[in-house]
Amino acid sequence: MDSNPDFLVQFKNVQKSYDGVHLVVKDFNVDMVKGEFLTMLGPSGSGKTTCLMMLAGFETATSGQIILDGQSINNVAPHKREIGMVFQNYALFPHMSVAENLAFPLQVRKMGKSEITEKVNHALKMVRLDHFANRRPAQLSGGQQQRVAVARALVFRPKLVLMDEPLGALDKNLREEMQYEIKHIHEDLGVTMLYVTHDQVEALTMSDRIAVFDDGIVQQLASPHVLYDEPTNAFVANFIGENNRLMGKVVSIEGDVCSVELDGGGGLVQAKKINVAGVGDRTTLSLRPERVIVDPAAGECPNNCEARVEELIYHGDHTRTRVSVSGSTDFIIKVPNTHNQQHMKRGQSIRIGWNTGDCRALDA
Amino acid sequence: MANTYSKVGEMTTNDGVPLKISLQRSQRKLKLWAFLLVAPLLIFITISFILPVVSMTMRGVENPQVANILPNVVDALYVWDGVDLPDEAAYEALVIDLTAGRKNKNIGKVASRLNYERSGMRRVISGSSRKAAKLKEGPYKEQMIKINKAWGDVTTWSLIKRESGAFTYSYLVAAVDYKITDQGDIVAKSEEKQIYKSLFGRTLMMSFTITIICILLAYPIAYLLATLPMAKSNLLMILVLLPFWTSLLVRTTTWIVLLQSNGVLNDILVWMNIIDDSGRLQMIYNQTGTIIAMTHILLPFMVLPLYSVMKTIPPSYMRAALSLGANPVVSYVRVYIPMTVTGIGAGSLLVFILSIGYYITPALVGGQSGVLISNMIAYHMQNSLNWGLAGALGFILLVIVMIFYAIFNKVIGIDKMKMG
Ligand SMILES: Nc1ncnc2c1ncn2[C@@H]1O[C@H](COP(=O)(O)OP(=O)(O)OP(=O)(O)O)[C@@H](O)[C@H]1O
Ligand SMILES: [Mg+2]
Repeated sequence: MDSNPDFLVQFKNVQKSYDGVHLVVKDFNVDMVKGEFLTMLGPSGSGKTTCLMMLAGFETATSGQIILDGQSINNVAPHKREIGMVFQNYALFPHMSVAENLAFPLQVRKMGKSEITEKVNHALKMVRLDHFANRRPAQLSGGQQQRVAVARALVFRPKLVLMDEPLGALDKNLREEMQYEIKHIHEDLGVTMLYVTHDQVEALTMSDRIAVFDDGIVQQLASPHVLYDEPTNAFVANFIGENNRLMGKVVSIEGDVCSVELDGGGGLVQAKKINVAGVGDRTTLSLRPERVIVDPAAGECPNNCEARVEELIYHGDHTRTRVSVSGSTDFIIKVPNTHNQQHMKRGQSIRIGWNTGDCRALDA
Repeated sequence: MANTYSKVGEMTTNDGVPLKISLQRSQRKLKLWAFLLVAPLLIFITISFILPVVSMTMRGVENPQVANILPNVVDALYVWDGVDLPDEAAYEALVIDLTAGRKNKNIGKVASRLNYERSGMRRVISGSSRKAAKLKEGPYKEQMIKINKAWGDVTTWSLIKRESGAFTYSYLVAAVDYKITDQGDIVAKSEEKQIYKSLFGRTLMMSFTITIICILLAYPIAYLLATLPMAKSNLLMILVLLPFWTSLLVRTTTWIVLLQSNGVLNDILVWMNIIDDSGRLQMIYNQTGTIIAMTHILLPFMVLPLYSVMKTIPPSYMRAALSLGANPVVSYVRVYIPMTVTGIGAGSLLVFILSIGYYITPALVGGQSGVLISNMIAYHMQNSLNWGLAGALGFILLVIVMIFYAIFNKVIGIDKMKMG
């Protein structure tokens, strides 16, 4: 068995099917480094929970191998894996107080009473719930329950902590607060975390690396800024952040730059060649809204297009401008509201442009 | 805001009507509708449930016979000191009442009523009434004592005086194996005459046993029901509910066929040489038979509440316990079972209360040792016609049920229970 000691978790060609007909997870390969915060991000039903459950031992992989700490996981019972887990519904034991919930993993490890009390108190302080030790979970707010769940998953110092959409049930403000809190706990304790979410903002703010999941396979596994700046396929480009798409056909390739004939008569533009095979291929051009330049000075950028302003939405610091470009009507531009910016009007024709490096030619 | 407050602190609407009254008015129609909707059920429950229970309980304390049939005697004894024999007036009243009672053909009622209190009184009353009708003139005291020397006994008179009130506690006293002595003290009946206390005890013990067996049998079934995939659990559910679809009598008599000494089970055991032919097991017409048959009949009442509780427990709780390092057994005992306590409570309450009052099955398969208190109540209703005692026994049974209900409520909390 070839297992690299630096990796805490390795998924090797893991496949999973529940019904023997469909593969829910098609070919899952991820290596997790010790101390890493890795997020699995993907739309609903893409198999994220399934992967977590296989790692935690509540589902078995149909084929492939999962290696935890150098050991194939198939031979280890779930309760011996030393994996802390935060469930989507928290799964706090309703008949135990907060302190008893936290003491549970320590009691089953036969720790001494005083040690347990000390660790429980410490964990409660960490999540700032020291005054709630004797409450029942039902007497806590959603955010407090969530913190108890996190504390419980950490109190026995597991090798690895799994979190399955732990913030899904919280409102926006609380969610952001908790994101920072979890991130800080991760940094303070240095514990390895595997986190599942379908909220891309959450993934971008918290993770060291993100595995973008769709259709049972990892579309791209990279750090947040790489995912945002350098998506390698159209799904990732669309899923992470806001993205403008222009469809077209590759007419020529020179080095890592290709010329693309836009559909809808937008003319010839240049883009960075990322995910196109050759001349004649159809391609999706991906362009971030904040990288679009309005009314470029002559010769400022090589790509120029005619556009018509369809809608202006004022956002305070910037104006979201929806324009139609070469057949696409949902092309978004973020125009910063600086004082020397002239005002656009609906129906007005403008010119837009971009740098070749900001426009990525991806798969169609 | 001049018109928002009429008095200090009392809210009013804009036209000055106090808010509370205005709210009541606006909701009156709604309440009326709600009442009309439940009215049929209310009437039904009152007629078919509350009235019978109240009337049966009343029979356990009502005592109309002496006061109604011997009214003159009761009047005459009103001032009696109870130490010496009463004076002539009481004897004259006795003759008048006995004669009238004989003419109205209701003297038998008071005869059997007094006979409950002291055996032999039936003969005293009916015999005396026959002879008293022939007496011409007084003084009656000597003549009556001659007719039956019981009339010369102070205790006869104190018995009549004691039972002359509109209500009596003598049935209740008898229902717990006590009796009232001639001196009016309440003492335990002699050992061999005590039946009800041990019968209550047996009823409670057997109900308890049946409840425990039901918990043990129902728990795994309910767990399977709650965790199996839909198609399989539906099939299992049908099997659980099957007993409800067949007649109670059929189910009970089936047990007779299975368990009697030359029944199916004994035959199989003999055939397999586990027991020999002379040693056939007695499994029916005794406590064993009652427990087996009643457990079978009451099992669904335990399965359903348990199932409905287990159904609401997501698998993530057990998973959480496992992921926290507890082995499966510990997870089960410390996490899963405590979460089903409300179901166990509801099921136990149902089964226990149902079996405390169960009648048909013990009557059919109970034999001598397997009958329960309700069989005794039925006996007094149908055979001995002592409805007073039946009412008193029923009342005590009701009190016991309520006590257990209160205990359950205290320990588990009725409001938290799920009944299925
Ligand atoms: N126990 C199961 N039996 C059969 N199919 C299942 C089971 N659990 C999940 N699936 C299917 O597997 C697929 C992936 O499910 P999974 O729960 O892993 O998705 P997910 O990525 O966690 O989605 P979400 O973001 O909505 O939680 C879904 O199509 C789901 O219907
Ligand atoms: Mg999920």
